[in-house]
Amino acid sequence: MKIGKLFCGLICALATTAVSAKSDLQLEVSIPRLQVAEYHKPYVAVWLEDGQRKVTQIAVWYDVEMENGKGEEWLADLRQWWRRDGRKLSFPIDGITGATKGPGMHTVDFDLSKAFKNLPAGQYTLRIEAAREVGGRELLQIPLNLPLKSGELPLTVEGSSELGLVRLSATK
Amino acid sequence: MLNKKIIQSAILPLTLLLATTQVNAHRAWIKPSETVLSGEENYVTFDAAVSNTLFVPEHVAYRTNSIVAYAPNGKTLELENVATGKYRATFDLKLEQAGTYRIASASAGIRAMWKDDEGNRKMWPGRGRSAEGETFETAVPKNAKELRVSYSARRVETFVTLGEPSTDSLKPTNKGLELVPVTHPNDLYATESAEFIMLIDGSPAVGAEVEINRGAMRYRNQPETINLKTDANGKFSVTWPKAGMYFIEVSYEDDKAQAPATKRQGGYSATFEVLPL
Repeated sequence: MKIGKLFCGLICALATTAVSAKSDLQLEVSIPRLQVAEYHKPYVAVWLEDGQRKVTQIAVWYDVEMENGKGEEWLADLRQWWRRDGRKLSFPIDGITGATKGPGMHTVDFDLSKAFKNLPAGQYTLRIEAAREVGGRELLQIPLNLPLKSGELPLTVEGSSELGLVRLSATK
Repeated sequence: MLNKKIIQSAILPLTLLLATTQVNAHRAWIKPSETVLSGEENYVTFDAAVSNTLFVPEHVAYRTNSIVAYAPNGKTLELENVATGKYRATFDLKLEQAGTYRIASASAGIRAMWKDDEGNRKMWPGRGRSAEGETFETAVPKNAKELRVSYSARRVETFVTLGEPSTDSLKPTNKGLELVPVTHPNDLYATESAEFIMLIDGSPAVGAEVEINRGAMRYRNQPETINLKTDANGKFSVTWPKAGMYFIEVSYEDDKAQAPATKRQGGYSATFEVLPL
C-alpha cells in the first residue's frame, strides 16, 4: 500500500515534469485542400500572446517571393495578427517569415522550446490566423500555461474553413 | 504648383462648400476603399459625394478642390487621378510613409441675414457665393432690420493608415468643430467601444449632437442610427454593433461667437471603417 502510493507519486511527478530545454516541442499546422475554382495558398501567422497581449512571433507565411516587397500588401488581411503586432514590424523577419504553403501538414521551424523557456510562467494564448486571396479568413487559439507540463501535450485545435488541425506536441 | 494650389484651398470660404452640400439636406462624405493597409507603399482610392443614402452616390459629386490630404508627417500630399463624375468624385492617394493620413475638407465663415426697408429677406454672402472682396461692414447696411449673424465652421474628413497607426496628423487645428480621437480611428473593431472628444475652436464641445450611421443603408429597411450627445468634456463613446463603413455626423451650436456674429455653429462628419474581430 505504502509502496504503491510512493510508486504512483514517482510516476505522477515524472508525468508532470516541465518540458526540458531541448528542442522537444513540435508545432504542426495543417492547411486543408479546398475544392475552389481559384486557389491561392493562404497567408498564415502564428503567435503567442500573454495576459497583457504582449506578442511573441512564431511564424508568418506570406508571398515573400514577390518583387519590391509587394507580397507585404496583403499582410493586413491577417487582421488580428496585424493589429496585435504585425503592423509594428518590418519584413521579412529572420527565422519567422517564410513562403506560403499549400495543402498538407506543415511543421513550424521556430524553436518553441527555447522561446517558451525564456518566457515568465503564466497563462498564454497561441493564436493561428489564416487569410486566403479570394477566400476566407480563420483565427484559432490554443490556451496554454507556461511552463508546459509534458502530461498536457499534445494540445490541439481544429479549424473549420481555412485551417485544419493545429497540434502542439512533444517530439519524444 | 499643384501643392501650392492645394494649400491655398485648404480653408475655403464657407459659401463655396455650402454650394456643394446643399445646406444640411444631404450628407457630404469622403469614403476610402480601405483604411488599414500593409506594405512598403500602397494606394488607397477614394469616392467623394453628397448624397442621402450612405454610401451610394446619388445626388452630386463632391468638389475635390476643397479636399486636402495630409501625410503622417503633416505635409500635404497630392491627390492623384482626380476625376469628377455626375454623382461622385474620385481620387487616389499614394501612401509611401508608415502612419496615419488625414484626408479633409474644412471651411469657415460668417453669414448675415436681415430684412431691408421693404421687408425683403437679405443674405450675405448670397447663397452659393463667397464674400467676393466685400466685408461685413461694407456689405451689410448699418440699419439692417432683424439682423442675425452667425459664424459657421464645417469639416468633412476620413483617415487611412499604412503600417502602425500614428497620431501626428490627428492633432486639432483648434478652429471649428473637430474630433480628437481617444481611440484611434483606424483601430476600430465590431463589438468594441471607441471614444472621441469633440472640440469647438479648441475647447470641449459640450452637448454636441452625434449621429452615427453604418453604410450599405440601401440593403436594410431600418437605418439603425445611433444618436448620442457629447458629455461635459466633449466626449462620446460608441460600441460598434457590426463591421462596416460608418458615417459620423456631429453638430454643435452656441452663442459664443466673435462679433459681429452672435451664433457659433460647427458641423463635423467623418467616415470610419470598423473591421470584424
